[in-house]
Amino acid sequence: MPQVFNQSSNFLARLTLIGGAATAAAIALVAFMLVRSDYATGANTPPPQPVPFSHKHHSGGDGIDCRYCHTSVEESYYAGIPPTQTCMNCHNQLWANSPNLAPVRDSWQTGQPIQWARVHDLPDFVYFNHSIHVTKGIGCSTCHGDVTQMQLTWQDKPLTMTWCLDCHSQPEKYVRPKEAVYDMAYQAPANQIELGHRLVREYGIESKLSCSTCHR
Amino acid sequence: MSQEGLEVKEPQLDLAAIRERLANSKGREYWRSLDSLADTPAFREFLHREFSNNATQWLDHVSRRRFLKLMGASMGLAGLTACGISQPEKIVPYVREPEDMVQGKPLFYATATALSGYALGLLVESHEGRPTKIEGNPEHPTSQGATDIWAQASVLDLYDPDRSKVVAKRGRISTYANFLEEFRAAIGAERPRRGAGIRVLSTSTSSPTLATQMRAMRQTFPDARWYQYEPINEDSALAGAQLAFGRPVHSVYRFSEADVILSLDADFLLTMSGRVQYGREFARRRRPSPEQQGERAMNRFYMVESTPTNTGAKADHRLPLRAGEVEGFARQVAARLGVNVPQAEGGTVPEAWIEALVADLGAARGRSLIIPGYNQPPAVHALAHAMNQSLGNVGRTVLYTEPVLAEPAPQVAGLRQLTQELAAGQVHVLVILGGDPAYTAPADVPFQANISRAAFSVHLGDYGPDNSATSARTVWHVPRSHYLEAWGDTRAIDGTASIQQPLVEPLYTSRSEIEIMSAFSSRPDASSYETVRSTWRAQVAPNLDFEVYWRRAVHDGVVPNTALPPIQPALSGDLASRLGAPMPVSAGLELMFHPDPSIYDGRYANNGWLQELPKPLTKLVWDNAALVSPALAEELQLNNEDVVELRYQGRTLRAAVWIYPGMPGNSVSVWLGYGQPLLGRVSAGTGFNAYNLRTAAAPWYGGGLEIAKTGEKYTLVNTQDHHTLAGREIARHVDAEEYERNPEAVHELAHEPEQVSLYPEYAYNGHAWGMAVDMTTCIGCNACVVACQSENNIPIVGKDQVSNGREMHWIRIDTYYTGTDLDNPETIMQPMFCQHCEKAPCEYVCPVVATSHSSEGLNDMTYNRCVGTRFCSNNCPYKVRRFNWLQYHDKSIESLKLQKNPDVTVRERGVMEKCTYCTQRISAARINASKENRPIRDGEVLTACQAACPADALVFGNINEQGSHVMALKNQPRNYSVLGELNTVPRTTYLAMIRNPNPRLIGEGGSE
Repeated sequence: MPQVFNQSSNFLARLTLIGGAATAAAIALVAFMLVRSDYATGANTPPPQPVPFSHKHHSGGDGIDCRYCHTSVEESYYAGIPPTQTCMNCHNQLWANSPNLAPVRDSWQTGQPIQWARVHDLPDFVYFNHSIHVTKGIGCSTCHGDVTQMQLTWQDKPLTMTWCLDCHSQPEKYVRPKEAVYDMAYQAPANQIELGHRLVREYGIESKLSCSTCHR
Repeated sequence: MSQEGLEVKEPQLDLAAIRERLANSKGREYWRSLDSLADTPAFREFLHREFSNNATQWLDHVSRRRFLKLMGASMGLAGLTACGISQPEKIVPYVREPEDMVQGKPLFYATATALSGYALGLLVESHEGRPTKIEGNPEHPTSQGATDIWAQASVLDLYDPDRSKVVAKRGRISTYANFLEEFRAAIGAERPRRGAGIRVLSTSTSSPTLATQMRAMRQTFPDARWYQYEPINEDSALAGAQLAFGRPVHSVYRFSEADVILSLDADFLLTMSGRVQYGREFARRRRPSPEQQGERAMNRFYMVESTPTNTGAKADHRLPLRAGEVEGFARQVAARLGVNVPQAEGGTVPEAWIEALVADLGAARGRSLIIPGYNQPPAVHALAHAMNQSLGNVGRTVLYTEPVLAEPAPQVAGLRQLTQELAAGQVHVLVILGGDPAYTAPADVPFQANISRAAFSVHLGDYGPDNSATSARTVWHVPRSHYLEAWGDTRAIDGTASIQQPLVEPLYTSRSEIEIMSAFSSRPDASSYETVRSTWRAQVAPNLDFEVYWRRAVHDGVVPNTALPPIQPALSGDLASRLGAPMPVSAGLELMFHPDPSIYDGRYANNGWLQELPKPLTKLVWDNAALVSPALAEELQLNNEDVVELRYQGRTLRAAVWIYPGMPGNSVSVWLGYGQPLLGRVSAGTGFNAYNLRTAAAPWYGGGLEIAKTGEKYTLVNTQDHHTLAGREIARHVDAEEYERNPEAVHELAHEPEQVSLYPEYAYNGHAWGMAVDMTTCIGCNACVVACQSENNIPIVGKDQVSNGREMHWIRIDTYYTGTDLDNPETIMQPMFCQHCEKAPCEYVCPVVATSHSSEGLNDMTYNRCVGTRFCSNNCPYKVRRFNWLQYHDKSIESLKLQKNPDVTVRERGVMEKCTYCTQRISAARINASKENRPIRDGEVLTACQAACPADALVFGNINEQGSHVMALKNQPRNYSVLGELNTVPRTTYLAMIRNPNPRLIGEGGSE
């Protein structure tokens, strides 16, 4: 009986084995990159909003402080999304007839809240607290980017756990003087690490790494 | 997959062999159940398997082929789940933000709830307008920050999906406006007859506003009548006060002043009104003498009881007596204390016991206390008054005041009279405010059948015509507002008034008692807010600013200076002749009725937290049972779960038997509140209705019971043998005298070897959290269990799942029996939950690091990492980890979502969970303190269980801080680690149970 496989089959067999391994590695690599990509994290893409609210205009142009709208950022885990009332403080006079603001006026008249699309959506098992971060010298722009330059608001950072842990394990890389927390244009100085170490001591920063710090 | 072969054939419990084993046991033996003593196969299953055999079984009726098909399909399609594009989540802010609201921060409001008329002051946590958690109000005299199971679980009642939601007329949906129109017309028709046809039936109440409304109603309608009826009432106490003082007098006890206590069948720690305050004061005096404040000594507590309770379990000397024998015993004691009273023939109580007791009481004149139980006849109450008087306790340990309840009157007699009036056609307008009297009425009072005799009738009830026996028979049904939905007022056991402040608008179209009663006034649609305010406006002295007074009262949860002043009623001189000869003790079997320790009189039957709460001592869940003593079981050849027919005074009832160590012989005890035919999805099919046997003449106990076996079985589920830690010195206890002589006695009970560890030591800088559990003060009231369930979003699983050992409670209260007498064992209760071991066996075996150690020594559980291998649970020597075998949270019911604590993850199927030391509360405190650049203060973090505990038995804190409360306890010589010999270094340690028996009775079997 002649041989079923001739010698060239050896090559095919090797190719199959190596190719199989390479494909598996490629799939793994793609998956690894995919979950970290902007596509998966949702970074850098502004979601559609009912009102085309511009942080660039309000915060950058008009110079309104973050805390005018995000009132609970220093007290609560939640920075707070302003009630319609806050919008109407100004917009019952300014741009009072703008078609873009129709949903705001409707909300004010009907009492039905505006339904904003969430831009920074942490998983439900993560318990992040804004107040402790801003009182310990972590600036808004460290996590949110310079929103004063955002026409529409997008998520600037990946918000992955690796990203969180980068700062929690080395807070000196990111901490800034308390008075600069709401400064969106703040640039880290050249001696950031040196400054950072000093501030970590001064502010009593315990950037905890235990699971229960964020998960419970 | 098949279930065959799994059923363990249950042999008859050989009680004689158990007795012999106990009698021959060397040293002190601890046991959890009769099954464990008999070493039955079922018990061995529980002991040796971390998860019961059935727990790991696929119990759905799905064939192997179908199972494989489903598994194959889910494997194949698993990848698809990653392909969906998740919809962006919405943020929905306020339109106008409420004042004082910081988004994301809970607010606490003071309010009060009442059970059987007596108030408990509360602070209720509200997240963005939804009440989620009940805490005690530290400024309220009865609460002092603590709560009981009923207050804790009441928040779930608010969101009960079975609550009635609409006004109904003869079962058809209507409106409140329509109701009010007809109601007003019916009342108007009574005006010419001076209201002779109007009858109002309410539950027991102490509400000043409701009482004012009733008075106002009878001014307009002088012949109208107001009755009150609750199945658990104070008729006996009222009649007892009549006997002793010739008028209604209310007693308040001060356990803080009492050195020697005698309870005559009074369950003052669990079911009696005032339980939270009494529990706290009792516990304070319960610590061993060296730990007492000032010059005080540990109290000594004697109890005679007819059904074992937690209260009896705490006693230094407990004596089981049939309910009918307590009176004879009380007369014997009274005579020796100098009260002139006719004696019964022969007593069953050992002479030495009575002598020692009387000597102890006599030596503590003015510092002793005798308490009668609400289920004891008036004579026992009168005797207790006389004895307290003769011991000089009045004004010291017993305070008398005017009645706290509004217009107290005999309730059973009242209901009977109302029924007669109904039957005679004299009632034209029947207004039933709350309760479910058609269900709870005595069996020989045909109230239910006569409701329809009234042309106009309305029931203000929690459940609608399809779910409530009363509403099914009245013309109108109006949904009753929960106490968190309506304004009201109520008084505590000492008379202190509280304003009941609502936290939410009514979820449905419900009304409160006060709003219904407004229909009799000139302003029929007045809100409860206006009515309550006008009551209090009339009470305030004109020189005070009412707004200031009102705001203060609402804010504090206490109206200042409203406690009733003590009075000194004169004991009637001819008590002996008034008491007459004692009631003869019935021959044969005695049947006793008790409120259920979980669902009370049945009002909480549709509350899943309470149904699944293991009842103290028996650990039964989801059912009641006919409780019999081991002796009676032996005599009648009864086994657990046997269905018997109880024949009592011409009525019969089928019930399942449970053998209850500590029951007196020749008596059977049943819990009320079960077997409600209608009610809701939770209560459906639970238990049997003991009201069917209860008569007006003998509401608490009576003789002449016969038991007939039916040969059938009914599955009763109890958790006593679940999570068993057998054969070690788990629950240690020593006597006070021995402890004072040798403080190391607790540690000599077990071998505590020198510990060496292969694992590196870890330095805990900053905070190191730990807990101390005082088993001496723990009264086993379960408040911690429900508080934990409420705080930590713990689901209920149902009777079937509990029978598989799948209950999810993070805290369990283990009950250990000891002593050689099966009919009167000593009882020790030990709360058990995650011990947060420094060298935690669970952590080493988790393959995905889902359970890990925090820098402050917490044993963290990260749900989102957990893949459900359950290795951790297998490796936990304390058996405190709980696995979500199925999707237990019902996500389809919207109203239940409102109760969830937003600070704690709602766990999905397939993850392990356990006590976290309330890490969310630690986190909140840590962030607050860190923002203020200071360490967390001692007492700043209260775990949910600790906050609820009336007995201060659970203390949490920083063990790195020597002056902390928790370290004060841990430094006591009676502090020990459970299973410390395993070198797990648990952060939770236990303070051994100390008992304080009378030296004169030791060795005579008296302490058993």
